[in-house]
Amino acid sequence: MARITSAVFSSHIPAVGAAIDFGTTGNEYWSPVFEGFEYSKKWQADNVPDVIILVYNDHASAFDLRVVPTFGIGCSEEFESADEGWGPRPIPPVQGHPDLAWHIAQSVILDSFDMTICNDFKVDHGLTVPLSLMFGQPEAWPCRVIPFMVNVIQYPPPTGRRCFELGKALRKAVELFDEDLNVHIWGTGGMSHQLQYKRAGLINREWDLNFMNTLINDPEELTKITHPEYIREAGSEGIELVMWLIARAALGSQVDEKHRFYHVPASNTALGHLILEKAGS
Amino acid sequence: MALEKPYQDIPGTIVFDADMSRKGYHLNQFFMSLMKAENRERFLADEKAYVDEWPLTDLQKKGVLEQDYNLCIEQGGNIYFLAKLFYTHEQPFERAVSTMTGMTPQEYRAMMLSGGRPIEGNRSASENKGNQ
Repeated sequence: MARITSAVFSSHIPAVGAAIDFGTTGNEYWSPVFEGFEYSKKWQADNVPDVIILVYNDHASAFDLRVVPTFGIGCSEEFESADEGWGPRPIPPVQGHPDLAWHIAQSVILDSFDMTICNDFKVDHGLTVPLSLMFGQPEAWPCRVIPFMVNVIQYPPPTGRRCFELGKALRKAVELFDEDLNVHIWGTGGMSHQLQYKRAGLINREWDLNFMNTLINDPEELTKITHPEYIREAGSEGIELVMWLIARAALGSQVDEKHRFYHVPASNTALGHLILEKAGS
Repeated sequence: MALEKPYQDIPGTIVFDADMSRKGYHLNQFFMSLMKAENRERFLADEKAYVDEWPLTDLQKKGVLEQDYNLCIEQGGNIYFLAKLFYTHEQPFERAVSTMTGMTPQEYRAMMLSGGRPIEGNRSASENKGNQ
């Protein structure tokens, strides 16, 4: 039986990927960010899963306004890095896991979560920056990755409650898969940030730190946060944090905290990062 | 009954909701076209001619040609689509964002380095009125 054993949460700021690609991680501005991932890289090297289900959002790279899927799952064999306007990131292609991806799609659709099945698309910084933060710059990624997309750009994104329930359905789906696979689930995006209009640059440290605490100890409480509250307190782009609820619910209620990191600023954004293991795993 | 928009009192914020998405559909699809190198070249060679190929309003065209990013947002632009214009002009994201705030890039960067724009006083228009 497949099982989800760990969850990783991380912001997916494009400038962090650029710092890795252009080799500026050691400078005064970026070194505090990357120091926060030193433990994470060691932990990850010791805990390489068979598959990562990576919850992220596309940023008008693979999808534009012609079609806006609320939840999408990548079911193909391979996903290349998208050209977001300055050339594709110099990283290896992502190997998918079509068997598990199709299984999950079928399972959660029959559980009343109407996924959009996506083939033949490229993955952008939302997915690739967290991979680089955790694995560094390998020749090939050491495990398979299922891209799991959530619309957080066109208002309204799915509610926190819906995301939380989908996470539970994901856990059930994985446990129904016959092959013996060690699966990790990643929730990306956030934390507080606003990239547009006159309030741009908003950061809410207290709110973010409370979100992290509650995510670990009482995640269902976070499903009460309404969309206006996300936007008001965490900025117009901070609403991405609903994606963390999918990953948190997929891990199960009892967890061990392995690592926590928070840093302001990374470009326009408050960077948050957590590693949780399923208790007793 | 129309859906409520309880986020409209958040100061300095335009939520990319259904109304904005409808208003900005062609503008955002125009930004999307700049993902292709050959389109970026054509646009930079003659911005007005390229923009005129798209069914944009005069205000949308003005926002694009004058790189008035707040005007682009007001006219239905979404930040992740608008970012294609930043990259076409080889403008770093943080610097482009700073132009929307009325600060210089240096002032904006200094604000971010000191912890970002504070939430106090920035939650809602009514909260701010109460403080005055």
